[in-house]
Amino acid sequence: MPLVKAGAEVANDWIFVPDGAVLPGTGQTSVSLARFLALKQGQENGPLPDGVRLGPADDPAELEPYLPELKLIEVDFPRYTDGRGFSQAQLLRRRYQYCGELRAVGHVLRDQIFYMHRSGFDAYETRRATVSEVLEALAEFTEAYQPAADGPGAAFRKRTGA
Amino acid sequence: MYRYDQFDARLVAERVAQFRGQVARRLAGTLTEDEFKPLRLQNGVYLQLHAYMLRIAIPYGQLSPAQLRRLAEIARDYDRGFGHFTTRQNIQFNWVALKDIPDVLAKLAEVEMHAVQTSGNCIRNTTTDHFAGAAQDELLDPRAWCEIIRQWSTFHPEFAFLPRKFKIAVTAAEHDRAAIRVHDVGLHIRQKDGVTGFEVWVGGGQGRTPVIATLVNPFVPEAQILDYLEAIMRVYNRFGRRDNKYKARIKILVTELGEAEYIRQVEAEFAAQRDAEKINLPKAEVDRIHAYFAPPALAAKSESSKLFEAAKVADPAFARWTRTNLHPHKVAGYTSVTVSLKPLGVAPGDATDSQMEVVAGLSEKYGYGDIRVSHAQNLILPHIALDDVPDVYKALDAAGLGAANESRITDMIVCPGLDFCNLANARSIPVALEVQKVFADPAYEEDIGKLHINVSGCINACGHHHVGHIGILGVDKKGEEFYQILLGGRADEKAALGEIVGPGLKAEDVPGAIHRVVEFYRAQRTSPAEKFIDTLERLGHQPFQDALYAAG
Repeated sequence: MPLVKAGAEVANDWIFVPDGAVLPGTGQTSVSLARFLALKQGQENGPLPDGVRLGPADDPAELEPYLPELKLIEVDFPRYTDGRGFSQAQLLRRRYQYCGELRAVGHVLRDQIFYMHRSGFDAYETRRATVSEVLEALAEFTEAYQPAADGPGAAFRKRTGA
Repeated sequence: MYRYDQFDARLVAERVAQFRGQVARRLAGTLTEDEFKPLRLQNGVYLQLHAYMLRIAIPYGQLSPAQLRRLAEIARDYDRGFGHFTTRQNIQFNWVALKDIPDVLAKLAEVEMHAVQTSGNCIRNTTTDHFAGAAQDELLDPRAWCEIIRQWSTFHPEFAFLPRKFKIAVTAAEHDRAAIRVHDVGLHIRQKDGVTGFEVWVGGGQGRTPVIATLVNPFVPEAQILDYLEAIMRVYNRFGRRDNKYKARIKILVTELGEAEYIRQVEAEFAAQRDAEKINLPKAEVDRIHAYFAPPALAAKSESSKLFEAAKVADPAFARWTRTNLHPHKVAGYTSVTVSLKPLGVAPGDATDSQMEVVAGLSEKYGYGDIRVSHAQNLILPHIALDDVPDVYKALDAAGLGAANESRITDMIVCPGLDFCNLANARSIPVALEVQKVFADPAYEEDIGKLHINVSGCINACGHHHVGHIGILGVDKKGEEFYQILLGGRADEKAALGEIVGPGLKAEDVPGAIHRVVEFYRAQRTSPAEKFIDTLERLGHQPFQDALYAAG
């Protein structure tokens, strides 16, 4: 599936390993939050991945202690109408100060990408939009009213110079 | 009123361009209808029974004459010559072609209007007291905070795909005309130790599970209100139910968690906000927005007006209208005029293009360019000198807008019903019009006094039947329309939900049944000053129910 990051389509070097499947010893892998915590806390033995995939019901607070060592967090949108991932992204970026790659995966639509970017996503894995469409979507609005994780600064700050 | 600066103007223009692209992709087939749906909804475009419907935002119900004229033009050029004002203080057009909608949005943008977030699972138009800035009984003008909330909630990246729609209402008067206790969030502006703040109510709502809101915080200082709203929204976005759309409103979250646990979660989220997450609206910005809502420079007038008094003596119909359709103004010699959109025989809330132009003209000539839409689906001219009221009435009456029925029994809130809506189970407009006929005599209606009848064509309750003093709910029983009657609802500061009194009635039996209930009230009231709702509360529902079914 095409992966768009930093304004270009890039190769996806990561593999998501579903729960129950054997973890490969090499390569970049991501696992579910539950499995990551199990590996981390010793309930499961195996190589420790440096990527995690959050489902919509997962609490990003559980990842907070491990964020400095994570290179990738994927936020899954099983249905594009489920907006919980936007809150997860804002929490990861603004409250827990996560600095690695934050990737939207699943049912990711072109017309959600502007909001995703503002919520803190910086990579989009989508079957529903081409690179040029993603770039177009990111440029659709030059202003924003409220502070968020990324994108245009809040209009009220620009107005007042605050 | 608020005027766009470069930021507002650019955002709305970019939204028009974005939607033009979305419509083009939909028409070309690259966007599926399923994927287009939330996008068009967040631009106010519904697929209705017969056509697409476009719902246009009227932030907190305020319009300028130029804006109302533009709505008239759209009604004439793109619809069938009328528009329908809604209980969200918005307007909707039922017959606009999808291909024309981007052009309509562009025309709206020219007069600083849009259709952003008038539908869909996002934060909708913030509503308020339709007499805001004019009412004698308000603490302060709530509109500036409504505008601040409008800006904060517009294109909020985190809260565009909520479990369900989300409605905020604000009042600053003890007598709540904004129905804040039946909103997802209701804010009552208070002052404490010289600080302005908000009493915060959460989880009220109507629909199929009506709930009166919970008091979540008695006082959030104004400097923190947006952060507090962010906490409320985040808890809802993360934990509101998404498995069943009928259980997805915030009221269900509050009910299922229980009041104490819900409040704990909101307070915990609020407390967890880091400094960098706080919105910190600069004082200069708050002041800038407040300045737009400075009171108009009303010419000094004496308390009473000879012209006004003489006109009342000369014309009993005018005198009656002044008793029902005027509201006390905070400045001596002025009043707020309700322009009733409920004349007999017209779908409640509808106005024609020429009627809109008449109201726009009156607002320019007499009304300091200020027009409001009320959640009861009427228009308001908030600042009219008593001296000018006779001329205003004459012009309104000539345009078919002179009905003397504000908050009276024929001033019904009515949803579009099965005539327009694909959710409805029954028609609402025809039954409302039949009930109106029973009370068509203005003297009889005036004698009945204040009485709210609200009519919905299905349990989604767009006609607010739960909070009508008398509610009428259309249901479908094996292909036949029936109407259940509710008694005792109210949307004000004593908010209560009406109770269904018994088996549903056939449409033709509704007017007679309502008539019997009203006659029972008239016979039982201690004096004409005792309102229907007060007699009902004093005597209980049973005798009214007996009267309702008395014809057997």
